Amino acid sequence: MTDPILTLSGISKSFPGVRALHDVSLELYPGQVTALIGENGAGKSTLVKTMTGIYQPEAGEIRVGGKLVTLPTAISASEAGITAIHQETVLFDELSVAENIYLGHAPKNRFGLIDWGRMRREAQETLDSMAAGIDAGMPLKELGIAKKHLVAVARALSVDAQVVIMDEPTAALSQKEIEELYVLVELLKKDGKAILFISHKFDEIYRIADRYTVFRDGEQVGKGFIKDTPQAEIVKLMVGRSVEQIFPAREATIGDTVLEVTGLSHPTEFDNVSFSVKKGEILGFYGLVGAGRSEVMQAVFGMTKPSAGTMVLEGQTIAPNSPADAVSAGIVYVPEERGKQGVITGEPIFKNVSLPSLDKTSRSGFLRMAEEFALARTYTERLDLRASSLSQNVSTLSGGNQQKVVIAKWLATLPKVIILDEPTKGIDIGSKAAVHEFMGELVAQGLSVIMVSSELPEVLGMSDRIVVMREGLVVDTLENNNLQPETLVSLAAGIVEEKAA
Amino acid sequence: MNRLLKSRELWLALAILAVIVLVTLRFPRFSQPGNLLTIFNDTSILMMLALGQMAVILTRSIDLSMASNLALTGMLVAMTNAAFPFIPIPLLIAGCVLVGAALGAFNGILVWKLDIPPIVVTLGTLTIFRGLVFVVSGGAWVNAAQMSTDFIQLQRGTFLGLPILSWFAIVVAALVYVLMTRTPWGRAFYAIGVNPTASVYTGINVGRTKFLAFVLSGAISGLCGYLWISRYVIASVEVAGGYELTIVAACVIGGVSIAGGIGTVGGALLGALFLGVVNNALPVIGVSPFWQMAISGAAILLAVVLNARGERSKGRIILKKAEVAA
Amino acid sequence: MTDATATGRRLPNRLDNPFKSAVLSWESLLVLVALGIFIANSFASPYFLNAWSLSDLTFNFTEKGLIALAMALVIISGEIDLSVASIIALASTLMGLALQYGADTPTLVAVGVGVGILCGAFNGFLVTGLKLPSIVVTIGTMSLFRGIAFIILGDQSFKGYPASFSWFGQGYVFWVISFEVVLFLVAAVIFYVLLHRTNFGRRVFAIGNNATAARFSGVRVDRIKFVLFCLTGLMSGIAAILLTARLGSTRPSIAEGFELDVVTMVVLGGVSILGGAGSIIGVVLAALIIGLVTFGLGLLNVPGIVMTIFTGSLLIVVIALPILFRMIRERRA
Repeated sequence: MTDPILTLSGISKSFPGVRALHDVSLELYPGQVTALIGENGAGKSTLVKTMTGIYQPEAGEIRVGGKLVTLPTAISASEAGITAIHQETVLFDELSVAENIYLGHAPKNRFGLIDWGRMRREAQETLDSMAAGIDAGMPLKELGIAKKHLVAVARALSVDAQVVIMDEPTAALSQKEIEELYVLVELLKKDGKAILFISHKFDEIYRIADRYTVFRDGEQVGKGFIKDTPQAEIVKLMVGRSVEQIFPAREATIGDTVLEVTGLSHPTEFDNVSFSVKKGEILGFYGLVGAGRSEVMQAVFGMTKPSAGTMVLEGQTIAPNSPADAVSAGIVYVPEERGKQGVITGEPIFKNVSLPSLDKTSRSGFLRMAEEFALARTYTERLDLRASSLSQNVSTLSGGNQQKVVIAKWLATLPKVIILDEPTKGIDIGSKAAVHEFMGELVAQGLSVIMVSSELPEVLGMSDRIVVMREGLVVDTLENNNLQPETLVSLAAGIVEEKAA
Repeated sequence: MNRLLKSRELWLALAILAVIVLVTLRFPRFSQPGNLLTIFNDTSILMMLALGQMAVILTRSIDLSMASNLALTGMLVAMTNAAFPFIPIPLLIAGCVLVGAALGAFNGILVWKLDIPPIVVTLGTLTIFRGLVFVVSGGAWVNAAQMSTDFIQLQRGTFLGLPILSWFAIVVAALVYVLMTRTPWGRAFYAIGVNPTASVYTGINVGRTKFLAFVLSGAISGLCGYLWISRYVIASVEVAGGYELTIVAACVIGGVSIAGGIGTVGGALLGALFLGVVNNALPVIGVSPFWQMAISGAAILLAVVLNARGERSKGRIILKKAEVAA
Repeated sequence: MTDATATGRRLPNRLDNPFKSAVLSWESLLVLVALGIFIANSFASPYFLNAWSLSDLTFNFTEKGLIALAMALVIISGEIDLSVASIIALASTLMGLALQYGADTPTLVAVGVGVGILCGAFNGFLVTGLKLPSIVVTIGTMSLFRGIAFIILGDQSFKGYPASFSWFGQGYVFWVISFEVVLFLVAAVIFYVLLHRTNFGRRVFAIGNNATAARFSGVRVDRIKFVLFCLTGLMSGIAAILLTARLGSTRPSIAEGFELDVVTMVVLGGVSILGGAGSIIGVVLAALIIGLVTFGLGLLNVPGIVMTIFTGSLLIVVIALPILFRMIRERRA
């Protein structure tokens, strides 16, 4: 058994009021993939930032190749041989691929000036060794997200890293691209690199990881070999309790069609999309990331202008030109990116909740704070929001509670149709269950729900019917009767023959 | 790709050519080499200042204090020369660059260490520096009679047929070009403009890079302080009054994006030259100088519209058929 | 305003003490600064503490202050308008032109206000319709508007405004209280209510904090921003009337440099240049402070250009001090 190339022991890191990491240890072995598993808030990203020199630990030591190191800056981590590939590609759109690979360590000629020729050649070599099919001279912004990830990997290879950290790298990739990434991981393993692979997807973890380590609430609670450990045991470690994914039994009576969308099209994003939603129904929209589902919903919500198509809501034709129009018609949208699109983080809870309903709470345009507080209280209590007061800044709430603020905000407008875009993405299991339960209540009261989701268990567990989209087109609409996950995946990925994933 | 890059500068160069051609049709003497060189020489100071401003704008900042910096260093160097005419001019020039850089560093420190938005900092220093011109000079002017001959004549001498002033512009442009394209510091300007968070991961110190950008713009302002004073042979409180906006205009016209991360040395130079050519053309075709301001205003607006067209990313291309068409 | 009921956890409205927050706020700091400068002025010059003198003081800041009220909203929404001084120039020039054609006072006022709103609408169209960044747009229109004024007027000036018009800038409503100061205070109250007590104002804050999330929440972002630019145009038009009336003449170079003083007033008043936060009370206090500083220095015969050192430094110091204090506190912790 080889020695670990990277050892963390006794690492602790706190922030004001929060103990992010406590006495944590980790070993990474060359040529092996170690999966880092844990719920949101367990300390995974803090750990990564400590390993890459962004944060300094208050206690503990880091050893690379047995030697003690300190990582005061990001570049020192890089020099120590540790590199990370993040979820959101941390690259530079306006610069070329070659420069992205070599920024910070560009090859220089004898005058100390950057040698562009050599940079481009070496970048191309690295890319070719990965069979990436990318021209090193291209501007990065012309690449799709999967290829950008490849550039990030190329960067890791170029710094001759010994430790490669991959933080949810497949979150935005298609099935085919994920397979290509797995091949790359094998390449890196063969090269003797130690890989720390952070992921939520168990199928992935069990596919490529050799070892695992579990974090919970800032502490390391378990580690071992993947082949020796059943999934249920890891989940138990993660959550601290046994969890079966239970979805609420739906008691809603499904009524008439509430929203009918026909032939909705956009020049570049989707074409001829038709679907309908009934009263009391949960309509799931499944597809791979980038299939165009959010784009369709944003057109329904009036955020973007479709080039063709009609929408009929409760018998009336509507053509919302802006979200404000959609809201007054009764269609609301809970966006995917909570922080950027869903909540106004600089403002308190009650202001976020009352924003679309100001016309209702105010009188002749003048604010009435008492009414706003009452409104906010009503709807946040229905959702069991955990906060210290209604004036608390939304930025200090957890992801799950922020999502509750967004949902509360829309419920207060008494909508007819509520569109949820990846409603439980990045939320801890407890809050996930709460959101699902709440969705069940909503439809029981007669609302219609459209749920865009990329999580198979969620789509299968919650939807009455499922629309599958691929590359901007609706592939099929299915009743959720004994539907097999493989059916959905095949439709979404365009796999024609029966094929085990 | 490179195509896109060339097209911005290409269009600007074509626009400049178009103006020259149009004016020449009526006034043939306009495009005589002597006149064109004069235009280049007249625009030299603006070209250098635009380069300094570009460096700052690349980092998502703005420097509104450049003209006041110029005025202050200009006054200081003029007064020094008037009092001590035996000090060799190259030494005075070096002093200008240093003083200008120090003033720029003041801006830079406030942005770096105190995280004050650059527009606020330079709004403040814009008035402080200019007020200091009055304080050091007591409101008096320094005119040609008080300046030494060398002081005045240095930039008027010629080398290989070009006035020394033009050579200053050429050398500064070359140095900035090398800095921007061949050194890690220069690339850092672009990196933090495109993606400041990612830059940290590559080891770039965002605050320090911004600081350096301000030091550079300050140094160039200082140098131009000497050049302006010796060119117009007057140092007063009003020197380069309001010029800060002309400098930003040159950058905008040159395709430098106010959002940061986008802009080239060629673009900034062409932007300045465009303004220079137009300003020179107006008196020739008999347009009263009172039209200048409105014309540069219109040029800025046009440039901004065109810039935005180029920068706008066309929504996500999801449909296969749209991808093929694109 | 906690609500204690037996049903268990009930979210209180707020945890902090509103009185305490008010006292420790930026506005309180400004009140102290204003008082300090007022006292300093009284000691520095014997001419300061008399009614007519104090009335003259107000002319130093009322015109810019009127614009600052509208500029505050623009900056809170995340934009900026650097063309306000040029709008004054254009409005004043066109009023002068109208004067040459024999326009009477009501017509002059209509011209001033109208030109202001039109210029504002032009800015608003470029920013919201063509989706261009306001800083460069208004740098462009700053040149364009004043440039048009120069084309019309060159180095001449328009004079001969009727007395009824001049009253706007030179007249008094009651004793030492000038029309300008009354107008400013009335406008301040209106803008206070607009920003802090109406749906419109709440939406402006939301846009400044996160325009995308605001749009996703059904706020008509573009419409509101367009209105804000029209407002700065309107206030610039009104300021043009007051200034022209006070000076009694129009030159294309009128109000040169005003925009920087206006932005200084707004930022000094506690409005974050990044948008999303600020108050009208702060802006009014800042206008007063700048007026006190320039007037006091004027009484001491300090030249105008040196005064700007004070305003420039004031801007930087007032922004920097809280940051410095926070840094020192953190280092001690």
